[in-house]
Amino acid sequence: MRYLLSWNGYKEEMMTDIKAPAARPMAPRPLSPHLEIYRVTWTMAMSIFHRITGSALYVGTLMIAAWLVAAASGRSSFETAQWAMGSLLGQLVLFGYTWALLHHMLGGVRHLIWDSGTGYERSTRMNLARFTFIGSVSLTIVVWAIALYLR
Amino acid sequence: MASDHVNQTMRTEMSRVKGLGAAKSGTEHFWQHRITAIANIPLAIAFIAIVISLQGKSREAVLHTLSQPLVAILMLLFVCSGLFHMRLGMQVIIEDYVHGEATKIAALIANTFFAILVGVMCVYALLRIGFGAI
Repeated sequence: MRYLLSWNGYKEEMMTDIKAPAARPMAPRPLSPHLEIYRVTWTMAMSIFHRITGSALYVGTLMIAAWLVAAASGRSSFETAQWAMGSLLGQLVLFGYTWALLHHMLGGVRHLIWDSGTGYERSTRMNLARFTFIGSVSLTIVVWAIALYLR
Repeated sequence: MASDHVNQTMRTEMSRVKGLGAAKSGTEHFWQHRITAIANIPLAIAFIAIVISLQGKSREAVLHTLSQPLVAILMLLFVCSGLFHMRLGMQVIIEDYVHGEATKIAALIANTFFAILVGVMCVYALLRIGFGAI
């Protein structure tokens, strides 16, 4: 499996060039360059988005779990949870959760394509990254439109 | 020659055959992450569509929908696969950014506890509703 685009893979590659100092006092060691050094590209931005959306889903799933427990608990707790989810803030969070979920999903599909060993050409990986973002925004709107239509 | 190869490496033949590497767990984490990712593709779409469609509905309507076998099974499948995947993903993030050994172990344990807590919350609620115990 190739990890050409992962930060750790890159850092490890850089580290192999660093020679260990031979029995001398520790001089400041060279550090591998980090985010602020690089020009922002689609693949870089989508790599970061993948982690951020994953972390957001981690927290957001607790919200949906709490809503389910409230539904299983009783009338007053359910009505409180349903009111909170139905408020403007609640709906914005749920919309954001939907986008994070679908973005993370399409980003995952992109990683599965790369895992198969294809899609590493410059134009392909840039297009895959663009598709991840545009696709997730479109899909979020479609899913909400269908769900709202069905209810 | 094969004997030259053996002399040049610190790795034993057994270690090479087992293929578990320095972390002693081989590619298990990687595969579990990929397989749950594939399962999550249809399940996440079903899950979020069900949750959105229940917004603003009365308690009776929500309980009625969530107690449909197909709905309950899809929700339960996503909770199991999704939270397993979520725990693996957060483990990678912790291993990347938390460098103190004690803090890292504490964070990894907290990660497991959190995933199991959220999982049990969802499974308990879905089963209680699904079995009509409300």
